[in-house]
Amino acid sequence: MKPKTWLFLGLAGALALVGAACGGGAGGGGGGDLSGTIQVDGSSTVQPFAQAAAELFQEENPGVRITVGGAGTGDGFERFCRGETEISDASRPIEAEEKDACKKENVQPREVQVANDGIAVVTSKQLQVDCVTTDQLKDLFGPDADAKTLKDVDPKFPATPATLFAPGEESGTFDFFTEEINGEEGAQRTEGVQTSADDNQLVTGVSGSPGGIGYFGFSFFEQNQDKLNVVGVDGGEGCVKPSSETIQNESYKPLSRPIFMYPSEKALQRPEVKEFMNFTIDNAPRIAEASKIVPLTGEQVSESQSSLKGS
Amino acid sequence: MSVAEVPVARAVVRGASRGARVREIIFPASLMLCIAFAMLTLVVLLLDVAVDGLPVLSWNFLTSFPSQVFPERSGIQSALVGTLLLMVVCAVFIVPVGTASAIYLEEYADGNRWWNRLIEVNIQNLAAVPSIVYGILGLAFLVRGPLELGRVVLAGALTLGLLVLPVVIIVGREAIRAVPNSIREGSMALGATLWQTIWKQILPGALPGIATGIILALSRAIGETAPLIVVGAAAFARFNPNDLTSDPFSALPIQILAWIQDPQEEFRTLAAGAILVLLILLLFMNAGAIYLRNRYEQKW
Repeated sequence: MKPKTWLFLGLAGALALVGAACGGGAGGGGGGDLSGTIQVDGSSTVQPFAQAAAELFQEENPGVRITVGGAGTGDGFERFCRGETEISDASRPIEAEEKDACKKENVQPREVQVANDGIAVVTSKQLQVDCVTTDQLKDLFGPDADAKTLKDVDPKFPATPATLFAPGEESGTFDFFTEEINGEEGAQRTEGVQTSADDNQLVTGVSGSPGGIGYFGFSFFEQNQDKLNVVGVDGGEGCVKPSSETIQNESYKPLSRPIFMYPSEKALQRPEVKEFMNFTIDNAPRIAEASKIVPLTGEQVSESQSSLKGS
Repeated sequence: MSVAEVPVARAVVRGASRGARVREIIFPASLMLCIAFAMLTLVVLLLDVAVDGLPVLSWNFLTSFPSQVFPERSGIQSALVGTLLLMVVCAVFIVPVGTASAIYLEEYADGNRWWNRLIEVNIQNLAAVPSIVYGILGLAFLVRGPLELGRVVLAGALTLGLLVLPVVIIVGREAIRAVPNSIREGSMALGATLWQTIWKQILPGALPGIATGIILALSRAIGETAPLIVVGAAAFARFNPNDLTSDPFSALPIQILAWIQDPQEEFRTLAAGAILVLLILLLFMNAGAIYLRNRYEQKW
């Protein structure tokens, strides 16, 4: 009968664990009056920003419980429109189809810009390229591109065989780049491009290959400046390198973009959601700095504040 | 039988040609090389994680909540509690269901009936279904759909439970089969019913095997990432779930993934620390399974 005793002991231990875990959680109250649970999901580009916002807000309002996920912009909207989340993070504006899906479930999104982002085009340190035009980028990454070296794109460039790196198809960065550069969302050459859902792998790939060239979110370049050579992009008005300033004033064209959080109208009726969004916009520059994202300008802050108040 | 075979094999070698003898050496050598390759990869991986992760490990790391603003104060409390809760709820689900299924299939089911054979084949197949498929099943039937539990601990635990249930059943059946027939017959001969025989004789005898299977299944369950992502576990939560059926939750594999994908270098160090914690947890569980097997294993 010894084994049976063990089983009971094990079960008792397991139950004690559950009790302890639940008891521990219930202890943290006090502070602000607000309470409730807010679920945020969506773009992994916005994720660090949303996490920092949640953390700073909860410091002042410990009764509010906020979770943040990084399922991706598209998957985020899918969950949001089913009413599974209160707020959806997005690295691009909501699409008409997604709006329709939301409407069917009676979910109305409110668009609020929370920060700025840019896509950096980078090469390995060995490949000293200073500037490319958007047409040359299309010759490298476009659906019909067959360039094997940078020299195929511009005779001035080195003839090192190029190794191309790009984010995976599920990413909003991929959607945005293909739309702006290749002219059609989702269109990119398939041969000779290595893709990864993890931007850190792209950093390693580009910096580790002599002919490495790729694109990804600006913050990934900013955190790895010592390993990468950043390329200026010429969108027709001269060559501009990405930086907080050129992204904020959108002179880094066409690869600058606003990033958003979409609360639902219904969730905004709840005081804790309303307060969280107000807090996020009022402190957007501080939150952006903490999460290493390009902040809103003063003008953008007041625009977002009025779109939060609106209707 | 095997005792008799060995001298015969040696005799063949002695009489064999030079080429055959060389091959006799090359074959085990290449087997050793394969093992060495597998072990070396593992050791390199573990060392790499340990070098990055060890400096992070501390009591504070276990008890703090994750922090985006202050990576140096970041910890894994919510993820660790989430993983432990998942494990316990999952166990509460798979222990009775898995054991009962194994008993039915071994002691009651008539293997000649087509429906029982169909169940058997299906369980074998289910054990090999990729975990992401269970994630989608969990999302469609537990989180949404008929049950509509939402993105809560219970939904996550049941999804993981469904994922490992086939393994529990298969291991459980083997443990029950290992109880010799003489025990069954002896018990029945003394007038015990089938139920009494199962409860008093077969189950106690098979328990160490069943428990080992359950622990191994649980350690597989808590290492899974894909189904939890699909079910909607959160990557960032600065609180523990209070309620299994209404609170969102986080889990260690999800926390690790989120940290690995963050642009800031500091978070990758934290990820290494969290990986170490998960590894240690798994190591303890597997050690527990081995101990159980050796300590309570019945010699018939």
